[in-house]
Amino acid sequence: MEEIAPKYDVIVLGTGLTECILSGVLSVKGKKVLHIDRNDHYGGEAASVNIEALFKKYGNYTKGEEPWTKYGRANDWNIDLVPKLLMSSGQLTNILVSTDVTRYLEFKSVAGSFVQQGAGPKATVAKVPSDAGEALKSPLMGIFEKRRMKSFIEWVGTFGVDDPATHKGLDMSKTTMKDVYDKFGLEAGTRDFIGHAMALYLDDSYINTAGQAPDAIERIRLYGNSVSRYGKSPYIYPLYGLGELPQGFARLSAIYGGTYMLNTAVDEVLYDGGKATGIKATMGGADSPEKLHFETKADIILGDPSYFPNKVKIVGHVLKAICILKHPLAGTNDSDSCQLIIPQSQVGRKNDIYIACVSSAHNVCPKGYYIAIVSTIAETTSNHHLELQPGLDRLGKIEEQFMGAPIPLYEPIDDGKVDNIFVSKSYDATSHFETTTDDVKDIYHRATGEELKVEGLRDLQVE
Amino acid sequence: MADSNAPKPSSSVKLVLLGEAAVGKSSLVLRFVNNDFQENKEPTIGAAFLTQKCNLPSRTIKFEIWDTAGQERFASLAPMYYRNAQAALVVYDLTKPTSLVKARHWVAELQRQASPGIVIALVGNKLDLTNDGESGRGDGDSEGVEGEDPGDARKVSTEEAKSYAEEESLLFFETSAKTGYNVTDVFTAIANAIPETSLKSTRGPGASNVASRAGDEQRVNLNGPREAAKEGCAC
Repeated sequence: MEEIAPKYDVIVLGTGLTECILSGVLSVKGKKVLHIDRNDHYGGEAASVNIEALFKKYGNYTKGEEPWTKYGRANDWNIDLVPKLLMSSGQLTNILVSTDVTRYLEFKSVAGSFVQQGAGPKATVAKVPSDAGEALKSPLMGIFEKRRMKSFIEWVGTFGVDDPATHKGLDMSKTTMKDVYDKFGLEAGTRDFIGHAMALYLDDSYINTAGQAPDAIERIRLYGNSVSRYGKSPYIYPLYGLGELPQGFARLSAIYGGTYMLNTAVDEVLYDGGKATGIKATMGGADSPEKLHFETKADIILGDPSYFPNKVKIVGHVLKAICILKHPLAGTNDSDSCQLIIPQSQVGRKNDIYIACVSSAHNVCPKGYYIAIVSTIAETTSNHHLELQPGLDRLGKIEEQFMGAPIPLYEPIDDGKVDNIFVSKSYDATSHFETTTDDVKDIYHRATGEELKVEGLRDLQVE
Repeated sequence: MADSNAPKPSSSVKLVLLGEAAVGKSSLVLRFVNNDFQENKEPTIGAAFLTQKCNLPSRTIKFEIWDTAGQERFASLAPMYYRNAQAALVVYDLTKPTSLVKARHWVAELQRQASPGIVIALVGNKLDLTNDGESGRGDGDSEGVEGEDPGDARKVSTEEAKSYAEEESLLFFETSAKTGYNVTDVFTAIANAIPETSLKSTRGPGASNVASRAGDEQRVNLNGPREAAKEGCAC
């Protein structure tokens, strides 16, 4: 059996995307990394699974039956457990490019980004306008509102936080987004799709927060820049599913000397005077004939919440239904992939409902199938299917639906500087990975004391 | 030859390396990639993504060679590694019988995980440590020499490995990365064995992608120049 070193610079627990990016970046920076997962596969909560594994995970079938067999080869399915897409001008894209992990992955643009107006049978679905030209053609607005929207979008394009001349006389340190909307005379429906389908806020708390306007404008610009990069929508998506992302960063880490051990349980975290110093662990699952027990030390230990249940708190619950369809979403021009946002106010909620839909165009299922994931933040303590219902209503006939208990969202209780253990956050309800990369940067900073500069990682590799 | 300007069709082929540690996987590739016979050396990223062209009479095959990067050590190779691989080099050490056992394990794993049409070559390396390595360099016919000579470190007979390779329809070679013996032949044989139907023109990163057909217009190259000179905001 191979040797495990007596000491590493960093031990990483869990192979979710956050952990794999950190592992990759730390290895590139010359750190000696040991990366462990208790599962026999990469990805943790951010994995993509085949349809047999999905049925077994949710257990929604009668014992003895094998309902997955009617969906073709199980391995032709790569179903995401976390419904997210990549912003094409976002931070994750930048990290992928700067680390050359793009070498191992292929991406396709997502065909469309849509928003719902109204509710029930009268609801309409329309493309989210991404530039001034699209705003003028959008059925989301009347003729005069279109012009107001056009001048708003043009203003966002010229806005500079440090250039008061572009601030329309507003004091950006105090201004709320409501003030900005008022300035342009935008209607409630327009504010809804700007805030929720372009700035991608999950609720309306941003509107009345003083000083929040520059953040909102920045988000709208990210949306616009992302659309302009590849057209169609602001999103891109990896062939074979999101589970490819952690694998790509794990490979990066391995190339730079990272050691990988799947199927390895952490038996104990070792402490010395309140600081974590290492782990005791066992490689080899329940059905494994030989087990490898080992103990090793590290300066830094980081991992996902599941490895540190007593060091995290619950900050909310996400509701999620994974649905298999045989048709594209209605009202999306038969898009092979899309995001559809139902803003909270349209259906009498506090949190938006998201639908992310991908298909065989992204090699995640056999031809003719579509995978739509409906998600939102839980607002009640029971009858969760009712909360998702406005989203499920958009799907038409559902071949198969997988909906489990509400998924708790964890955050670390403290910053890890005291005990040397740095815990990541759960994948939140946002539709993209911007908060994930924020978490990566935050953990990197807490653990190493340095800022993570994404630019220049490639140059570091050439040395 | 290698420098011909004639527009021969060129195809990318993803080739993965497998085998026990220290059997000479990386050495074989370095020998192949640095061979004087080829001149189109390309810069590499880390040590894990080497490319080398192989010129056949009718076409050029560009191998994208994936190293395991050590992820095989604790049985932790990712599915991504096998994904769309069109060829695999499964290497064992002629002087170490357990490495052939391991090689059989990898062949089984490839048959389970990789694309159905994958071309697999079984390669017994370190021929230079055997008597065949010293005497048999010219004609390459090493059969029937497997006495227990002093100085002959061979522990796996040619027959044993060859009959296993035939059973499983694998290409079979004995090589020496050290002397270079048979190394180029392995890659040329693989290039010739890849069915023409599975060769698509080069595209994209890691792109020997037989599975993708329609819808290529949506494919994006993140490393490429930013689209259509739209600086700043699209607004």
